[in-house]
Parts: sequence; C-alpha cells; structure tokens
Amino acid sequence: MSLLRAVEIEEPSSTVPRKRGWLPFSGWHLLLMPVALLFALPLVQMVLTSFMTDAEINSFPPKFIPTSINLGGYQQFLTESLAPRWMLNTVIVATISVIAHLILCSTAGYGYARLKFRGRNFGFFAIVATIMIPTQLLMIPTYVMFSKLGVVDTLAAAFIPWLTSAFGIFLMRQFFLSLPKELEEAGMIDGLTTFGVFRRIVLPLAKPALATLAVFTLLNSWNDLVWPLIAISNQDNFTIQVGLTTFQGTRRTQWSALMAGNVIATLPLIVGFLIAQKQFVATMTFSGLKG
Amino acid sequence: MSVSVDAVSPSLTVDPSDRRKQRRTQKRRANVTGWTFVGVSTFMVIGLSIFPAAWALLISRRKWNLLSPPKDIGWKNYNTMVHDPDVWAALRHTLFFTALFVPISILLGMLIAVALNQRIKLVGFYRTAIFIPFVASAAATGILAGFVFEPNYGSANDLLRRLGIPPQPFLESPTQAMMVIVLIALWGQVGFTVVVYLAALQDIPKDVVEAAIVDGANRRQVFRYVTIPELAPVTVFTAVWQTITALQLFDLVYTTTRGGPIGSTTTLVYYVYQVAFQESRFGYGAAVSYGLFALTMIVTLFMIWYSRRTKIEAF
Repeated sequence: MSLLRAVEIEEPSSTVPRKRGWLPFSGWHLLLMPVALLFALPLVQMVLTSFMTDAEINSFPPKFIPTSINLGGYQQFLTESLAPRWMLNTVIVATISVIAHLILCSTAGYGYARLKFRGRNFGFFAIVATIMIPTQLLMIPTYVMFSKLGVVDTLAAAFIPWLTSAFGIFLMRQFFLSLPKELEEAGMIDGLTTFGVFRRIVLPLAKPALATLAVFTLLNSWNDLVWPLIAISNQDNFTIQVGLTTFQGTRRTQWSALMAGNVIATLPLIVGFLIAQKQFVATMTFSGLKG
Repeated sequence: MSVSVDAVSPSLTVDPSDRRKQRRTQKRRANVTGWTFVGVSTFMVIGLSIFPAAWALLISRRKWNLLSPPKDIGWKNYNTMVHDPDVWAALRHTLFFTALFVPISILLGMLIAVALNQRIKLVGFYRTAIFIPFVASAAATGILAGFVFEPNYGSANDLLRRLGIPPQPFLESPTQAMMVIVLIALWGQVGFTVVVYLAALQDIPKDVVEAAIVDGANRRQVFRYVTIPELAPVTVFTAVWQTITALQLFDLVYTTTRGGPIGSTTTLVYYVYQVAFQESRFGYGAAVSYGLFALTMIVTLFMIWYSRRTKIEAF
C-alpha cells in the first residue's frame, strides 16, 4: 500500500553509463517513438476527424488530415442531441463532487490522523475495509437504494457516489500524518480551537494533497459511466458520458458528429492534463485502483 | 479551622469527583469534535459500500424484479448460477481477457518505464504521449476504438493493408473482438502500470546499482540481477491489482461491443448488468455478482499467498 502516496516523477535516475552504439541516437528511441505515436495518434486523429465531413471520412483510402475545417459534426452533435444540457449536467456533477470531496475527505482525514475519540479505530478500519468491495457488487443494491430514496433519474444519482471516498480519506490521512505536530501544538497554545487549527494551520499546508485529490475526483466523476448509466434513464439528466454512448447507439456511422462529441467530452480533461500534468500523474497511481 | 482554610484558598482544593467530571466532559467534548470531523464521511462511505454489499447478499436470496414484492427462495439463485451456461461462457470470456491483459500490461509497463527512466532527449514528449490516453473516458475510448477498428475505412485496417496483410473484421468478429478489447484496454491502462514502475525504479537505491557496476556488471546484468529483483514487490502488487480490475471489465465492453458479436465479449460484470438492468432479475444478478466477488477474493488471496511463499514482500 506504500504505492498510495502521491508519486512525483523525478528526473530519470538511471546511473548506468551509456555505451556508444551504432546509432547516432539512443536505442531507446526505437522503442519509445512508435509506442508514443501509438498512444497519442488516435487522439490526434479524433480531433482531426471531428473537422471532416462524413463523405471525406468515408472516402478511400482513409484521410488523416482534413482538406478543410468543417464544423458540421459539431453542429450536428450540439443540435441533434441534448449535448449542451449533458455538458452542463457533467459540469454540475463534477463541481459538486470535487467540492464535497475536498471538504469531507480533508476533515475526515484530519480526524483520523490527529484527533483522539471513541470509535476512531473502528471507523477507520471500516473505511479501509470498503476499499476491497468492488463496484460490480454495489451496482444492484445501490440502484435499489437509490430508487427507494427517490434519486433514480435525478442528477443526484450521478454525484452521490462521488461525494466522499475511502481513497480520498486515506490519501488525506496519510498526508496529515506526515506533517510535523509542532505547528498544530503551537496553534493550540495560541488559543485556537481544533477547528481553528485545522482551518488556519493545517489546510494551507495541505494544498498539494488537496490538488491531487481534486484531480482524482474530477477525473472519476467526469468520466464515470456505470452510475449514471444504471440510475438515469431520463435524457434531460444524462451526463455527457451516458449521452455519448446513447448517441453512438443511434448514429453508428455518423463519425464526424461522434468524433465532435468525443472531442467535446474529452477536451476539458486533456487540457487539464497538459496544464497540470504533475497532479494528474500523481493521481494516476491510485486512480488506476478505482476498480 | 478547616472551614477557614477552605475560605482562604478555595481554588487549591478540588473535589476529586469534580475533577473526574471535568475529565469526563473533556472526553465527551473530544468525542463530539472527533465525530464532527469524521462523522459524515464515515457514515457515507459505510452507507454506500458496506451496507449495500451486505444488502446484496440478502437480495441474492430473492426472486425480485423490483415491481412485485420480493420472494425469498433461499440459495436457489446460486444453484441456478452454477448450472447457467451463460455464466460459464461469461467466465471464460472474462478469464481470457484477464490472461491476456494482465501479463501484457505488466511487461509493457515495465519496459516503457525503464525506457522513460533513461537520460535521453524527448523524454517529456514520450511521457505525455503515453500518459494522455489515461484521461479519456470509457465512452470516448469506445467510440474512438470503433472508428479506428472500423473494418472498411478504419486506420487499423489501413495500416494492415500498407503492410500487405488482408483487412480484418476486428470488433465484428466473435474470435477477434475480445482481443481488440484487450488492445483498447491496454491503450487506456498502461499509463497506470508505467507510473507505478517509474516510481519503483526511482526508489531503487543508487548505491546498489553503482556497486554492481563497480563489480563489473554490464547494463544487461544490472537489469537482470539488480533492477528486476528490486521491482518484484511492485510487480506482485500490480499483478494483483490489474487482475482485480480485469475480472471486473465492463465499461469498455459496453461502449464497444455491448457484449457481442454473438455474446463473445460478454464478461461476468456485463452479464450481471444484462440480467439485472435489462431483464430485471435483480436477485439472480446479485447472486452472480457475489459469485464474481468470491472468485476475485480467491484469486487475490492465492496471488498474495504465492508471493509470500516465494518471499516477495508486497503487502
């Protein structure tokens, strides 16, 4: 579990001296260049194809670069579906999830890291135990629970699962444990309450951990498919992910519109990744564990 | 006399029961503060996982379509499950995916991480390119894959044609669809194994590597006798985690093939989804999901036991 800490990718650490070979450049490029292209090119193609006309896409041999910039796909996707509504829904879901996650996980993480109270070990043990419960086991009972609570078919069904999480609490707790206690003790002596110490001393120090947590929540809530898929059937309350798959189901071959939809749904995260790559990579170590 | 002493310094003598009371209020206050911090989160995490997981066990003993009242039928659903050919088919598809996905993602992850750990040019570009698919959602990945692997004008067949290989049906063929889904899953998930291995590589103490070089080891020997053993715990961890993830494959199947063609990509979780949310057999669906949970636990415990036996400390 030591892997759950936020990983910062440092400068390459290989210290083995390189042998001068028969290539004018390192042999590693022969591996990395094709791999990198294989990973990046589909996304480039997605963006380029979104600007083509369907006729151009269906032409043979396939074209990679559009002859002219055509916005027909975007127009079709935005007008023939409820896409603007779905995007708004997704933004709402992601915003609520991130804010709730930051508040709930940081307070709970601090409580379990520093405060002494009855039931603390039991509570923390219960939270750690939930990490082992897979999503697939929860699909049916959660749906039944949601339908009893009346949140099925509302946007709440999409964000309730992301309000707080065992991983978030765990991440914040580990971070708070790594802080020196002296600052908090000094705050106590200065007459701050426990909450005052948390607000004024601990939280400002926790910015890096909070950034990681925010990215983790943004990624998961933005890209979530399972919960909105099973719990929302009213088109008005779709998130962009569910909307996209429904749109895909009805327009199998209208690729320009589908690619435009893909670009719209993915671009915010891609831009976010390019801006804050460090935070995104830090969350990857445990985002992969979301199950 | 004693009365006058008390009158002079009342604060110096405190009734011991008062002190106990004070300590009790202090404790109570600490409990209130503590639960104010952790209460909502703890309640929600338990309410959204342990509680429904336990409830699923109850549901799995019922015949229930959510509309008519549930009927308690004991363990009958589990009996049905064991004799359901669709469950066995789904299990085969799931294991096929897992057996391909886990080893390849580990090997590829390790290889790419070692390459990214070299002092070479363009490393920043390579890193970004390899990590970026990680942010693409299952929905977007599925649609994009449908386009790339489109049999007539998709780029995958275009590439094959240029290499002189006849075009393939890919996702439209029952024998190829699952393999294509493995490729798609690798595209989206290898970033995770790469990051985990990069972190582990950077944790290898430099003096160990230097000592090996001083002792005359070449690059290949350093990799074989220093790097690989140092990476063993991470490999066990990654293998366990990727296995758990692979056994629960759902999203990509939903967004690419919806279980087809002719059910060839129906995984266990996809089968649970079909049974519960399309056929409204919630009791049976819950039973199958518990069956998969048991399988996951067994596989995980076996892998941990095996790694312990071979003295690799990963957990």
